Amino acid sequence: MQADLPNTLTAAPPKRSVQTGLPRAKGGWLNGLLIVLLVVVMIWSVGIGAVSIPIPDVLAILLGKIGWNIGVVEPQQETVLTVIRLPRILLGVLVGGVLGISGAAIQGLFRNPLADPGLIGISSGASVMAVLMIVLQLKVFQDLSSLSGLYALSLAAFAGAVFTTLLVYTLARKNGRTVVSTMLLVGIAINVLCESLRGLMMYLADEAQLRAISYWSMGSLGGASWDVLQVASPFLLIPILLMPRLSKSMNAFALGESQAGHLGVDVSKLKRNVIILATLGVGVAVAVSGVIGFIGLVVPHLIRQISGANHRTVLPASALLGAIVLTLSDLVARTIVTPAELPIGIITGMIGAPTFLYMLIRGAGDRA
Amino acid sequence: MLEAQHITHQINRKTLLDDVSLVVRPGELVAVVGANGAGKSTLLKTISRELTPTKGEVVLDKKPLNRFSSLDLARRRAVLAQQNPLAFEFSVYELVMMGRYPHFEGHPHPEDLAIVDFALERTGIAHLARRAVPTLSGGEQQRVHLAKILAQLMGIEEINRPEASIRQTKYLLLDEPTTGLDFYYQHSLLEVASELTRRGYGVVAILHDLNLVMQYADNVLLLREGKALSFGKPASVLTAESIFNAFNLSVHIIHQPELDCPLIVHTRQTVPLTAQIN
Repeated sequence: MQADLPNTLTAAPPKRSVQTGLPRAKGGWLNGLLIVLLVVVMIWSVGIGAVSIPIPDVLAILLGKIGWNIGVVEPQQETVLTVIRLPRILLGVLVGGVLGISGAAIQGLFRNPLADPGLIGISSGASVMAVLMIVLQLKVFQDLSSLSGLYALSLAAFAGAVFTTLLVYTLARKNGRTVVSTMLLVGIAINVLCESLRGLMMYLADEAQLRAISYWSMGSLGGASWDVLQVASPFLLIPILLMPRLSKSMNAFALGESQAGHLGVDVSKLKRNVIILATLGVGVAVAVSGVIGFIGLVVPHLIRQISGANHRTVLPASALLGAIVLTLSDLVARTIVTPAELPIGIITGMIGAPTFLYMLIRGAGDRA
Repeated sequence: MLEAQHITHQINRKTLLDDVSLVVRPGELVAVVGANGAGKSTLLKTISRELTPTKGEVVLDKKPLNRFSSLDLARRRAVLAQQNPLAFEFSVYELVMMGRYPHFEGHPHPEDLAIVDFALERTGIAHLARRAVPTLSGGEQQRVHLAKILAQLMGIEEINRPEASIRQTKYLLLDEPTTGLDFYYQHSLLEVASELTRRGYGVVAILHDLNLVMQYADNVLLLREGKALSFGKPASVLTAESIFNAFNLSVHIIHQPELDCPLIVHTRQTVPLTAQIN
């Protein structure tokens, strides 16, 4: 091995065959594949449900909407698709995307693959703020069908998410390193505290508020409508679109704060940006769909297994895979016990918890 | 020219550095030596702007260090740290590419790819390019980080025209760079550093092996309990007396005629662990 060391820096420039272009090509195919997969999953699942709509009819309705009539469809199917299914699928895609990418970004911030927004208390913090607002009867939070109510609720959830993130981040850092055990223990404490606050609120709540609270605790996309989508989509899209721009800095951040600084990264600005974008994503996702756990843990983990750790691939691919996984989970949630619905958090939890255990056994969190 | 001027560093009334100065001119390798806890790392962190001194100033080409933007500074100086934690399983190639981050937005340019290839070849790790960094041995990882800082500082014209010296001086700060490297790579690393000085780079290196200092350094700063004992040519700074002062260890200095370089050997009296300074 020592023989292939050239004697001096004046050795002939290396043959260009070594590794040129490797990282970009790898991320490219994965993201392309995931985009195709997402479109297929969306079109497929939008047709499934109490009223079944075959894929040709789905296409006919969608293309008809943009003024290209390729066939006649039943009005009932059209109504179900455009009023009920489509906003729900789109909300699922955005929420899943934002949960996936925020999970990846928060793991980058904590420099640890076990930092899931649900496990470390960020989602609970967001949801408890939402619940507090509802039960404490602040007028503006009462009417969720009104846009102002939804804005206010999103803002409250965002504030809850920021607060818990800063709390966990401050407590779990020692000498610039994340202490994994502290991070998870702080998460447990926050989750317990939020759980008991939620219990207290349930004790105080009336019938209608109770239903809203249980909805926030277990997660559901059942509240989706075009109005909700209109309010939430900008907040959900901003993190998805802006976070990939941070990927270079987040790669350097994996080397530790001081080394990232030596590479010209403005570390405090990076941390601030990640916290704002990721908690905005998680907070608004919680406000519109409740706590949907483990997407932020499982999805980035799977992506890193496939493509390696480069955030340039991991961030967009986590958004895409998160969207796919949540769309499929929601499909299961709304079809498995028809005409009723399962909370979607039950399904993601069943996939997520074993993955988390597997990661613990493999020692994935020890390296940071 | 990189100058640390009268650096004093206090934390909680404890003085880590007391009025220490250091000058690195283009083409020089300056070694910093001293016992554990003498303040070597604190000095290097001050020079790299990781720490802000209580008193004194670091000046790069007549401009105070804190007036540089992070990116400008990253293009002028690179730091090889003692600890290299890595949170995720990056490949060797990706990690070395991080050295090019200050030079491109978005996607790397062809010259960035060429420079990374060159750095991989030069440090003898091209065959490891696809491996995940955490799966490598400590010494191999150290070479990966050396490749990263080579990639960070070198320009494409330096690879294409190896004889030319660089236009703007760049600086390499090495914190115990030979730790964990075998005998061959210790020398190989310092050879790389010396070659860069011949091109006009300035290098500051914390070294523990005084014989490496004798062989490679142009100047050496000897620290003891946060104070500079002396600064100058290795042969004049590192005497039996000064080494005893700094390390509390008796040595003989033998002249090595072949290399024309003094050789420091320990005199084999018993060394109680408690007697060492700090």
